[in-house]
Amino acid sequence: MTTSPGGLPTASSGLAEHGHDPDAAGHFGRFGGRFMPEALIAAVDEVAAEYDKARHDPEFLAELDRLQRDYAGRPSPITDARRLSEHAGGARVLLKREDLNHTGSHKINNVLGQALLTQRMGKTRVIAETGAGQHGVATATAAALLGLECVVYMGEVDTERQALNVARMRLLGAEVVPVTTGSRTLKDALNEAYRDWVGTVGNTHYVLGTAAGPHPFPMMVRDFHRVIGLEARAQVLEQYGTLPDAILACVGGGSNAIGIFHPFLDDSSVRLVGCEAAGDGVETGRHAASITGGSVGALHGAFTYLLQDEDGQTIESHSISAGLDYPGVGPEHSFLRDIGRAEYIPVTDAEAMDAFRLLCRTEGIIPAIESAHAVAGAVRLGRELGPDATLLVNLSGRGDKDVDTAARWFDVVDPASLPTEEPASPDAAAGEREL
Amino acid sequence: MTAGGANAPDRTGLGVLEDVFTTARAESRAALIAYLPAGYPTVAGSTGLLTQALDAGADLVEVGLPYSDPVLDGPVIQHAVDTALRGGVRVRDTLSVVETLAARGGRAVVMTYWNPVLRYGPEAFARDLASAGGLGVITPDLVPDEEHGWLAATTTHAIAPIFLVAPSSSEQRIATTAAATRGFLYTASTMGVTGARDAVSDTARALVERVRRHTDLPLGVGLGVRSGSQASEVASFADGVIVGSALVSAAEQGRAAVARLTSELAAGVRGNHTGR
Ligand SMILES: Cc1ncc(COP(=O)(O)O)c(C=O)c1O
Repeated sequence: MTTSPGGLPTASSGLAEHGHDPDAAGHFGRFGGRFMPEALIAAVDEVAAEYDKARHDPEFLAELDRLQRDYAGRPSPITDARRLSEHAGGARVLLKREDLNHTGSHKINNVLGQALLTQRMGKTRVIAETGAGQHGVATATAAALLGLECVVYMGEVDTERQALNVARMRLLGAEVVPVTTGSRTLKDALNEAYRDWVGTVGNTHYVLGTAAGPHPFPMMVRDFHRVIGLEARAQVLEQYGTLPDAILACVGGGSNAIGIFHPFLDDSSVRLVGCEAAGDGVETGRHAASITGGSVGALHGAFTYLLQDEDGQTIESHSISAGLDYPGVGPEHSFLRDIGRAEYIPVTDAEAMDAFRLLCRTEGIIPAIESAHAVAGAVRLGRELGPDATLLVNLSGRGDKDVDTAARWFDVVDPASLPTEEPASPDAAAGEREL
Repeated sequence: MTAGGANAPDRTGLGVLEDVFTTARAESRAALIAYLPAGYPTVAGSTGLLTQALDAGADLVEVGLPYSDPVLDGPVIQHAVDTALRGGVRVRDTLSVVETLAARGGRAVVMTYWNPVLRYGPEAFARDLASAGGLGVITPDLVPDEEHGWLAATTTHAIAPIFLVAPSSSEQRIATTAAATRGFLYTASTMGVTGARDAVSDTARALVERVRRHTDLPLGVGLGVRSGSQASEVASFADGVIVGSALVSAAEQGRAAVARLTSELAAGVRGNHTGR
């Protein structure tokens, strides 16, 4: 295993191990596979073949490690959240600080890997879907770094609730395309990205942003994120002399969760707890908890749990968190749930926002609302397990992008100071200035 | 013809579908295949439009089963299926549209994304479509690699599983896809989503030539055809000309526009056809 300056495993170690790979066609048990148009099979075959070469190529691995260290800032630290612990039954709560990565979330881990892969394939353009905008920002960032053209599809609803990230992507030189079809959120952004890719596959790589979609994405994206769990496992063992009793992570498509879970799969004493967005509550039907409140089917390339009606039409998801507002989930999570290795619990908007405030007030950390779902899960589990428990939380991102949403939720700003439809004093020249 | 003697034509879905292409071939032309979604603008309205297409010269219709996430469709078809879904169209409505068409002698296959079939149950879907008089199912996001029992179900009920090949398909994938397909092979003319295009790309002809080396199945070429002259061009090298978005656009203007365009296309497939 390659190690970083602190003696921790590096990103490339995450690619080396084949222990829990799916079968050759991308199946994790009955889940996964490729439910997608024939026109794109050649493209995903190319990605799979290139990834298979890259994961064993010392040059690729060294470049990935270099970027992760010198550019993204890995390794990320572990923070002992002592004051938060008082609200979590006295349990020790350790935060894996993916919020401190460059661009502000775990998403950069996957994007650096896929951007390097894009170069290897000789492609010059990347496309991405984004919900919270964190994956879009990370992709725009890597595209700027490597000189790739970048187009990001984002549901119109999300461009509004994550306006800061839209601006960031544009500053980074990416084109942001608001998607106005369907529910105008993440699932529709995915549809648009696929439609783009079918027509542009000659020069374009689709940088899928989560551990979902057709093979090899669930496996490859997972591998790029395994560094989270590899580092955390070594850090917790070294600093606390024990494995955690449970690991908590929020689950949208499932990339940050699978990244931190995976290196612990064979540690049978460690509970793996995915926190799904329960929106207004799973019982209300307005939620995004695909495993807790869904059923199996095929969506966006994989056989997995999803939200669907009795005709197999996708049901629109609901969550205050744009990054979790997705009616499907990565196939490996469906598999882990079916074999009982991981458990998935619902966390409502209100619980997540309580945890959001709690983390702000007790630790001085403003988390992404996505990550606040995992914090809420830890508070709940800590109260159950008590002071002897050690909980490891994947703090997948920081909350700068969510300040506007949170300020409205907690009513902490003077409404008059919030932007309305019509800016009070539009700068007439602004629209004409070229970025 | 596989089943029955000379006086007992094969009336199964597979048999009737084969007739569509042998008849066209006997007339030295390509078959015209018209796509319209069930439930657009309403269930009754779609039945009327599809009937109009059959009466105006379509040899076969593809009844689209509206789906919430049509990743292979461009804006025109997206808009139509969205309208249909907002109107409350159900899977069983698609089956009843097929049944109505078949009852008056119309030949119909269903075009559907895979998840509605999965949810319905592939075996049950094949059974119910066959009993409605449907001839086969085109599945744009199912590749034979993931068919899990679908081939067996379609065989049991003697309807055609119709898969797609694309310009990006490898020789090996063309061979395996053709081997899994019955009725006709859907040959995508370009790399892209559905939508009318100004010109039929050269890739269509090149793909047809590649595919012919692997199979004797009739080849239906779709994606982008919108006019009689394009239909005639495609008919010069393909066995079937598939028209979707252009007809959906016509449908926005009503039955007369659908009839007009279908007649033009039907004339197109009869012109300039040089046969195999
Ligand atoms: C900070 C953060 N955490 C989590 C997610 C959810 O994605 P995933 O489930 O793939 O980790 C997002 C998605 O945008 C995010 O921005």
